[in-house]
Amino acid sequence: MDLDDQAQVKKLADQYGRDQLVVILGLPDADSAQVVGETVTTGDPTYAGPLAGVPLGLPVFHILESEVKEQVNPKVFDEQVGLMEMVLEKEEIVERVRQVRQQSTTTSD
Amino acid sequence: MQLKGKKVIVIGERDGVQAEAISTCVEAAEAEVVYAVTECFV
Repeated sequence: MDLDDQAQVKKLADQYGRDQLVVILGLPDADSAQVVGETVTTGDPTYAGPLAGVPLGLPVFHILESEVKEQVNPKVFDEQVGLMEMVLEKEEIVERVRQVRQQSTTTSD
Repeated sequence: MQLKGKKVIVIGERDGVQAEAISTCVEAAEAEVVYAVTECFV
């Protein structure tokens, strides 16, 4: 994840707190979704940026997850995301992001 | 997880779902986008 973006996420987490924030991802594959997901939950796993070793514990979801899709007007979702929903490996991506969330919850307990 | 009323950080990707599309969906769900970026992992 871009280092400037990591810094911005950290700034927003400090400003709003994790209870008000949600991170929504649009990564195209499970591996990249996992890396970015971990970066905003348990810390940058590549140890390259400002979030290295910084567990923000932010709630993170992928736009393709049902928890997100169900809250969006179906017409809007179809127009904006419909094509990529058919193209991307949805099940794999969703499962990986769920694992990141579960791991983040376990780590914070 | 309830999006309505939340402040959302959008991290899109050039070859996935871009930030603009995600932001449109998030705003349709009555959440506020506080940061949106489309990254490019080469």
